[in-house]
Amino acid sequence: MSGTHAGNPVAARVRRLEERLVESGHVTDEELDSILTRVLDGASPLNGARIVAHAWSDAGFRERLLADANRALPEVGLSMAGGLQEQRLKVVANTPERHNVLVCTLCSCYPVALLGPSPSWYKSEAYRSRVVREPRAVLAEFGLDVPAEREITVWDSSAESRYMVLPRRPEGTEELSEEQLAELVTREGLIGTAAV
Amino acid sequence: MSESAEQPQPSAAAPHFAPGDRVRTRAVDPDRHTRLPAYARGRTGRVLAVTGCWPLADDVAQRCAEPRVEPVYTVAFAARDLWGEGAHEVTLDLWQSYLEPTSSAGRAETADPSDPVEEAST
Repeated sequence: MSGTHAGNPVAARVRRLEERLVESGHVTDEELDSILTRVLDGASPLNGARIVAHAWSDAGFRERLLADANRALPEVGLSMAGGLQEQRLKVVANTPERHNVLVCTLCSCYPVALLGPSPSWYKSEAYRSRVVREPRAVLAEFGLDVPAEREITVWDSSAESRYMVLPRRPEGTEELSEEQLAELVTREGLIGTAAV
Repeated sequence: MSESAEQPQPSAAAPHFAPGDRVRTRAVDPDRHTRLPAYARGRTGRVLAVTGCWPLADDVAQRCAEPRVEPVYTVAFAARDLWGEGAHEVTLDLWQSYLEPTSSAGRAETADPSDPVEEAST
């Protein structure tokens, strides 16, 4: 199967490619390292969880986040500008009427800065080809049963925008602090393959 | 080269479509890189948002020195219009040149009896 980026042959090919680029003078090792460090430094689903917890706690921030995520992120000390150019971020909110789930059918686009490196299943051909066609069945396999009356939107990141799901705040969490709320949020919740 | 292709250029091309517009994707099958997925070619959807202007991925992949910079739209498609079944919705981000208005597609629909989705979905 060709749907994973994680195999050793791929890593070996990337290393060869890096060597060729360095040999031919297009880039230096130091430049490559500095780009990778900048992109991956601090890239973790904890960032996404912190955004969600703040949105659950502050209605004004939630509104600004959904309207223009790039402008709202600095309020929690984050940005989408860590890569070669700033990426547009769109945050989509789950509601009682609608569930959102993310995919990149063409490759594996993913908001790395906020969610960390993507899980291997996100890059698998099975997930990418099936979730756009039968999301309800795929989500059930993740253990998430979406009620029939709740609509599903599948966001296929086919261009320059990246997406993140804002899960619904679980019931019975009124007393929790923002830090405690953030601990409830999982990477899968931010992709939409789990409720939170 | 007077313009940088590396940054979005809001003034590069005026948007032809606005949120709420019905659009049809081109039924193309290029033999080079494109970011219009095969499953969404020749399909009708609804513009949700204009996301800004970006260098056309097809041109960038061909290493054009000055790739066309176009508005990119988030377009929502009903699963039924993509697959002939299903109750969900799929959104895609699509460059302007992937899209045409449905006014011309309206004629094409009546003149195109080979559309399997339209035939099979009822």
